[in-house]
Amino acid sequence: MAVQALAAALVIAAAAYLLFNTLANLEARRIASGFAFLWHEAGFEIGESAFAYGAADSYFRALLVGLANTFKVAVLGIVAATVLGTAIGLFRLSGNRLLAGLSSCYVELLRNVPLLVQLFFWYALITEGLPAPREALSPLPGVFLTNRGLFFPTFGGVPELQGFNFAGGGALSPEFAALLIGLSLYTAAFIAEIVRAGVLAVRRDQWHAAQALGLERRDVLRYVVAPQAMRIIVPPLTSQYLNLTKNSSLAVAIGYPDLVSIANTTINQTGQAIEGVTIIMAVYLTISLAISALMNRYNARLR
Amino acid sequence: MKKILNLFLFILICYWGWKFVGWALVRAVWQPDPQACRAASGACWGFIVEKHRLIAFGTYPYEEHWRPALSSVLLVALWILTAVVRRWWLIPAWILGLISIGVLMWGGVFGLPYVENERWGGLILTLLLTTFGLAFAFPLSILLALGRRSTLPLVRALCVAYIELIRGVPLISVLFMASVMLPLFLPAGVSVDKLLRAQIALILFAAAYLAEAVRGGLQAIPGHQYEAADALGLNYFQSTSWIILPQALRIAVPPLVNTCIGFFKDTSLVLIIGLFDLLSTIKVSLSDPAWTGFGVEAYLFAAAAYFIFCYSMSLYSRRLEVSAGRFGR
Repeated sequence: MAVQALAAALVIAAAAYLLFNTLANLEARRIASGFAFLWHEAGFEIGESAFAYGAADSYFRALLVGLANTFKVAVLGIVAATVLGTAIGLFRLSGNRLLAGLSSCYVELLRNVPLLVQLFFWYALITEGLPAPREALSPLPGVFLTNRGLFFPTFGGVPELQGFNFAGGGALSPEFAALLIGLSLYTAAFIAEIVRAGVLAVRRDQWHAAQALGLERRDVLRYVVAPQAMRIIVPPLTSQYLNLTKNSSLAVAIGYPDLVSIANTTINQTGQAIEGVTIIMAVYLTISLAISALMNRYNARLR
Repeated sequence: MKKILNLFLFILICYWGWKFVGWALVRAVWQPDPQACRAASGACWGFIVEKHRLIAFGTYPYEEHWRPALSSVLLVALWILTAVVRRWWLIPAWILGLISIGVLMWGGVFGLPYVENERWGGLILTLLLTTFGLAFAFPLSILLALGRRSTLPLVRALCVAYIELIRGVPLISVLFMASVMLPLFLPAGVSVDKLLRAQIALILFAAAYLAEAVRGGLQAIPGHQYEAADALGLNYFQSTSWIILPQALRIAVPPLVNTCIGFFKDTSLVLIIGLFDLLSTIKVSLSDPAWTGFGVEAYLFAAAAYFIFCYSMSLYSRRLEVSAGRFGR
């Protein structure tokens, strides 16, 4: 009891001290605390936005644009990383030595280099390595790779060269493309290890029993091993999804306007550092808790 | 079917491998000459040759570069020594080593000119941030892990809240907090420089992740160890420090090393708040107008540098896991 009272007293004293200092500092610097600034005019443009936004809109709307951009890259990244990671994890276990060797090279290379370096690398490769729109690389008809971004046909139309850039069809900006590629490839390496560990954790006799029943290797994997491996795979997979979402905040380094990047601009313009950082932390905590809760429910259903 | 697939893969690897070798070696330019680099169709390693001092040492005074170089060697040697031998004299060796590194880096004594830490940069900064980050985070993480398993509800709640808060937010937000909010937290007149602020953020961040690794070790201790310690009449402090922790930490070594590798990679994020670590000096080298447009080479070099450190640590961690498996718990 005494220990707890002491701990509580220490924490309260520290918090009070910090709060006192902060209030004094804010007053000295004449910074008004509170979230009223959210409804002021933001005054900056945002390169890409899921919905209408202009410099005359409020900071609140700008932050929403950032949040939407974070979700966009996180969702697409999670899908791509899961598909790629599962494939690489299974390749490592396949009887094919060449394929297994290549996959382990991939995992070792990608896991042991900081994500930030990889993001810079992909961004440099797109903006420096790819040609200008006039000499665009076209690996598939209608798909164009240029240093201004990646263009591909959609149901709405086909990209065509107009002036100095492509118009029509779908487009990925260099920043978005670099972030999506970097996040997916990096996380895929971790997911591959999780998938491999999950499959290996299924007991050997399960394989033998299934083979004795006359199932083919593919069917053994699908009907016998996968359902058992899923129970082991899901919890660490969840934390990889969370990591990917948190890592998408590195967007600020290559200029993709995600939530952190917009919040950073907001802090620099308004000086509302505490509010800005609080918004970032609150949003990510909410996402973390939501994904955890969702995965816990899924996990409970599996058991 | 399998043979055809293998043949196809093999041809693909050879084709890509040949193209890469052609770019990276055959057609590459090694002289530090931007004109030759732009004319060539291969990689421009001349850029790295030209900028190697800036990349390795940041803005540290040019004539004094031997000091961070020697400090880096000393620090890496200490880490390798710690990994290879486990003897009591490592502790005095570390203390002595860190004092020498401090003297070397700051100077101001023994005729060494004083260099303020705003000018530190490059590899040594990455190594120092990692070393001090882990050195301070580790004891903190043990307290957090013990707190999380404590029977006192308030202590447990505080530790859980801290660990989950830090693990729930991206490192960049913790770094922002340290760089823009920490000055507000301190009384007027007290200022903390940028390096120390980043270091504090990294310590707070690493402690939460290390705590989870330590907790894994604590959870692996069978209940009868606690009961046996109780039966001997040991109190909480005695049983924790003599019976439980030595075993728990031994079990936790592989996940701890993995967390350390992750932390080493994460220190590269200090670039975003404007510190000159290894990645940052590489990025700065690219801003020289004579040398713009060689980002691919620069970041491949950065990747190789980080890979050497991280891969050797992960090989070490794998060896530990194998030996832990052999001797059992």
